[in-house]
Amino acid sequence: MNITTLLFILLSVMAVGSAVMMITSKSPVHSVLWLIVVFFAISGHYILLNAQFLAIVNIIVYAGAIMVLFLFVVMLMNLNAETEPVKNYRLQLVGVLSGGALLLIIITALNKMDVEMPIELKTGDTGLIKVLGLNLFKNYVLPFEISSVLFLSAMIGAVVIGKKD
Amino acid sequence: MMLQIIDLAFILEKLILIVVVISASLVIAMYTTFAERKVAAILQDRRGPNRAGPFGMLQPLADGLKLFFKEEIIPDFSSKFLFILGPALAMMTAMMTSAVIPWGDVIEIAGRKVSLQIADIDVGILYVFGVVSLGVYGIMIGSWASNNKFSLLGGLRAASQIISYELAMGISMISLLLITGNLSLKQMVLQQQHGFYNVVYQPLGFLIFLICAFAECNRTPFDLPEAENELIGGYHTEYSSMKLGFFLFSEYINMFVSSVIMSTLFFGGYDIPFINEAAMFSTNVLAIVGVVALMIKVAIFIFIFMWVRWTIPRFRYDQLMHLGWRILIPLALFNMLATGALSLWMK
Repeated sequence: MNITTLLFILLSVMAVGSAVMMITSKSPVHSVLWLIVVFFAISGHYILLNAQFLAIVNIIVYAGAIMVLFLFVVMLMNLNAETEPVKNYRLQLVGVLSGGALLLIIITALNKMDVEMPIELKTGDTGLIKVLGLNLFKNYVLPFEISSVLFLSAMIGAVVIGKKD
Repeated sequence: MMLQIIDLAFILEKLILIVVVISASLVIAMYTTFAERKVAAILQDRRGPNRAGPFGMLQPLADGLKLFFKEEIIPDFSSKFLFILGPALAMMTAMMTSAVIPWGDVIEIAGRKVSLQIADIDVGILYVFGVVSLGVYGIMIGSWASNNKFSLLGGLRAASQIISYELAMGISMISLLLITGNLSLKQMVLQQQHGFYNVVYQPLGFLIFLICAFAECNRTPFDLPEAENELIGGYHTEYSSMKLGFFLFSEYINMFVSSVIMSTLFFGGYDIPFINEAAMFSTNVLAIVGVVALMIKVAIFIFIFMWVRWTIPRFRYDQLMHLGWRILIPLALFNMLATGALSLWMK
C-alpha cells in the first residue's frame, strides 16, 4: 500500500462519512457545513488524479460561492431543528421514490462503465491547466462560449434585478 | 506498508520555510496593529502609543498579553464547537494564502538550491482565490454560532459583500491573465523582471483589484460587517479574550497577505525596480535583497490601507452594493474586453 492508496482511502472515508453526516444531522446549518467537507474531500480526489485546476475550481465555485449562498439563506431564514416543519407521509414517499430512481441510474451507469480503462494516478496530464485550456478552446470552443455567455447573462441579470426603480 | 522514499532534506527545508513564513506573518501582523495606531495618530495630529518600551515599540506585546489575560466567555446559548471553530477558521484561511507566494529567489545552502517559496503550484493565483473565497466562513460560522441578531447581521453582510466583490476581482484578474498567460505566481514575477511591471499594462485592472482587496479584507470604507454604530461589534459582538483577538488579528494578516499578492501580481514581487540586480549581487545576497524589496512594497501598500481607513468614512450598505455590482463589474468587464482586443491587435 503506497501513499496514494492511503490518501485515497482517507479521502473516500471522509467524503462518504461527511455525506452521511450531512443527511442525518438535524440542524440545516450543520448539514451545509458537512456538505462543504464533502466538497473538500472530492477536491482531494481530483488532486490525486493530478487535476489541479478542477480541484481548485471545485473549491472556488462550490465551497467558496454556492455553499456560502446556501449558508447565507439558511442563516437568514434562521432554520433550526425546532422550527423545522414536520414532513408529511406523502412527501417522504416521494422523496424515497425519487432518491431510489437516482440510485438506480447511478448503479446502471457504474455497471456500464468501462473498468478496463486505467485510471491515471498522479501521472496523467489531462487535468493540467495547459492541456485543459487547449482542449476547451480547440475542440469544445462552441459549447464553452455558449456556457460563458449564459453565465455572463446571469450576472447581468442579477445587476438588472438589483436595480431599484 | 511501504511509503515512497521521500527526500528528507526537502521536507526539512519546506518545514523550516513554513515555520519562518508563518511566524514572520504573525510578527508583521502584530507590528501592523502598532503601525495602524501610529498612522492614525499622525493623521489625527496625536502622538499615539509611546509608553511601552522605546517609542512604544512593545505596545503590540502588551496588547497581546492583555487579550490573553482577559476572561474568556462562551455564551451558553451559543453552539460551542462552531463558536470556537469560527475564529480558528478565520485565522487559518488568513495564513494559508502565504503558501504560494514567492517571497524571494533561491538561496544556496551547502550547494543546495532552496527556493523561497513554499509551493510553486501550477494554479497559484487560483489557489489564492480559493482560499480568499473560503475566508468568509470563519466570520459566518462565528456569527451564527453566537446566536445573536447583531452578530448574525454582521455575518450576513460579510458574506454578501465578499461574494459581490469576488466577482469584480475575478474579472479584473482575467484581464491580467490575458497578458501574463500564466497562473503561477513565480512565473509572473520572472516575467516582470524583464520589461515593465504589470501595473503599466493593467492600470484599471489594478485599481479594481485594489478596491476589491479592501472589501475582501473588511477594511474601511467597506467595514460594514462590524459597523459599530449600527451593529455594536458586528460579527464579533459575543467574542471575548483571544478569540476576539483571532478575529481582529486575522484582519491584519489578511491585509498583509493581500498587500503581498498585489505587489507580486502588479508590482514585480521581489524584483528591484530600474536596476538589473542579478548582475550586481551573488545568489544569497540577491535573495535577501529581493525579500527586502518585496517588504518595502508591502509596507507601502499597508500604509495605503491605513491612510484610506483614517481618511474616508464608511459607505452605506446600498452604496456598497451599488459600487460593487453597478460600477466595478461593468468596469472590469470593459477592462477585460479592451485587454483582449488590444492583445489581439498587438499580435
